[in-house]
Amino acid sequence: MLCAWTVSLMQTPNYFWNYVPLLLQILAAVGLSSFIVLASWLIGRHRPGKVKLSTYECGMVPQGDARGRFSVRFYMVAMLFILFDVEAVFMFPWAVIYRKLPGITGSRFFGFWEMLVYIGFVLVGYFYIWKKGILEWSKDQADL
Amino acid sequence: MNEPMTPSMIAFSPALRILPEILMTLTGVLVMLVEAVLKPRTSRKPLGIVAILGTLAAIAASVYQLFLPAGTAFFGTVQSDAFSVFFHLVIGCIVLVTLLISLDYFEGHTSFVGEYYALILFGATGMMLMTCSVELLMVFISLEISSISTYILAGYRKRSATSPEASIKYFLLGSFATAFFLYGIALCFGATGSTNLYEIAKGVADGASPLLLTVAFGMMLIGLGFKVSLAPFHVWTPDVYEGAPAPVVGLMSTAPKAAAFAVLLRIAYGAFGTAIHIWMPLVWIMAVLSMTIGNLGALTQRNVKRMLAYSSIAHAGYLLVAFTALAPMGIAAASFYTAAYAAMNVGAFGIISYLSGYNEARTSLSDFAGIARRHPVAAAAFAVFLISLIGIPFTAGFFGKFYVFTAAINSGNAWLAVLGLLNSGVAAFYYLRLLAQMYMVPVEPPREADTAHARPAFILAMAILVLAVFALGIFPGRILDLARAGAATFSGPANAASQTVPVALLRR
Repeated sequence: MLCAWTVSLMQTPNYFWNYVPLLLQILAAVGLSSFIVLASWLIGRHRPGKVKLSTYECGMVPQGDARGRFSVRFYMVAMLFILFDVEAVFMFPWAVIYRKLPGITGSRFFGFWEMLVYIGFVLVGYFYIWKKGILEWSKDQADL
Repeated sequence: MNEPMTPSMIAFSPALRILPEILMTLTGVLVMLVEAVLKPRTSRKPLGIVAILGTLAAIAASVYQLFLPAGTAFFGTVQSDAFSVFFHLVIGCIVLVTLLISLDYFEGHTSFVGEYYALILFGATGMMLMTCSVELLMVFISLEISSISTYILAGYRKRSATSPEASIKYFLLGSFATAFFLYGIALCFGATGSTNLYEIAKGVADGASPLLLTVAFGMMLIGLGFKVSLAPFHVWTPDVYEGAPAPVVGLMSTAPKAAAFAVLLRIAYGAFGTAIHIWMPLVWIMAVLSMTIGNLGALTQRNVKRMLAYSSIAHAGYLLVAFTALAPMGIAAASFYTAAYAAMNVGAFGIISYLSGYNEARTSLSDFAGIARRHPVAAAAFAVFLISLIGIPFTAGFFGKFYVFTAAINSGNAWLAVLGLLNSGVAAFYYLRLLAQMYMVPVEPPREADTAHARPAFILAMAILVLAVFALGIFPGRILDLARAGAATFSGPANAASQTVPVALLRR
């Protein structure tokens, strides 16, 4: 099997030669980043101290149980934003080719109804998070 | 169903091709909406009953699909045929029994019981869609639907430390594996110019680059091998099964596996049917590895859920043995094995969920000592499932193994069958050790869960499963016929494109 691979590799050299720029790019990226890290390590002065090694500027105290309970409100809002954002993005390509859809699907209203079904499901999700109190910042129920 | 099928003989709505999925989705949405308006701290049992009714409707819809002529819909992305109906029924029954088991399991312990039912229904939609997709992108989407639901379900015992650990491990490794699967699809597209399984079959037959095809199949095998916990992609299994709630483990050790094996069957025998030399060595190695690692791992386990996790790796290995058999027989054997394995494994985890309760009062082997005295009926049912997992005659496990190993021997893979049988011998030890603990060790002091009474729903679920184990072992005819009909769709004239699979390879 390995032999067959090698043979097919040799038969189609042009195809894989296309990837040489990619390889160069990877080499450049790895080389440059390791050069920068190495150079700053070589040139810079090392004065490690207790304060210097602690958490930088903000964040939690890096000690104790990692499984402490904390509010996930920010996380919920961020996730919902991304979800609805992505869902809205799906509508753009649909809107752009809307007039061509009957020709593509072979049915006059197929594209229209499909999008309506899709929006319906998005609305169901919206109704759910609304009723669950995720959108109300001060409501205790949102504190999962 | 056995009459010659002419495509598009009757005009009917393409929605009928995905009727079970539609019913599952709508029930899930209904459960989710009602859950949102219900007051907190009221019983969610009615939602569970709605979910059960929806599942029953989906099962009925699958049976109805059997009377439709096989064919594709939605621009050739989904295909309903005897093969998809078989797996729809397996998945539908697993979900039904799981819902019955969990009807009283979560009640009062967590505030997200309604979501639990909705997630199970959505996951089942994904799994069912996997089995009827003939388009790799569709497979990918449905794989994601089923996976994301199971990731969440694995972490449903939120306050314990092990359950979130199980969830996050499953999520991280699962998304990694899905990436492999997606990359395999991309390479497959690169090699053959299509993501449709029939078009891929054409491309493979026309001699697409063997290197690309090998890598593409390997990548997809990694992705699916993870989902069905085949060695060497099994490492997550014990940790996840140990931490996840027992009813969920029963579901996710059987239903997503059945779906993933259905996809693997469609890819291996359908799309790569003319390139068996590409995937046969890979499958051969993975079957041997899974059987051996699974059984040797199970021998050393003291935790019963971990032991059953390793046993499920071994069973995935037995199932993969069927893949090395030639087409119709191998497909039928593999399909039948998923059904047999589902009956006994959901049953085993159902009994564990009853005996150890929501707080997992019983985990290690010694915790199950003397169970037979304290819970004679539950212990007897557990014994039936364990005996079936060993593969003793008159149970589903025996007939599943018999059929798989016969298929392997008839296709000239006697050595694989010998290895499988040796493994079954090793496996008998750890199942019998648990049985001996239950029946031969004096009674242990009662646990917290022992105060609970078996609820009617749970008893019904266990009765269904015990009956299924015996029915599949004693009268397997009906199920076997459906499995064979499913296998025949790979060579049958379901549509013109499927005939590109050479008949000579499919007919022995």
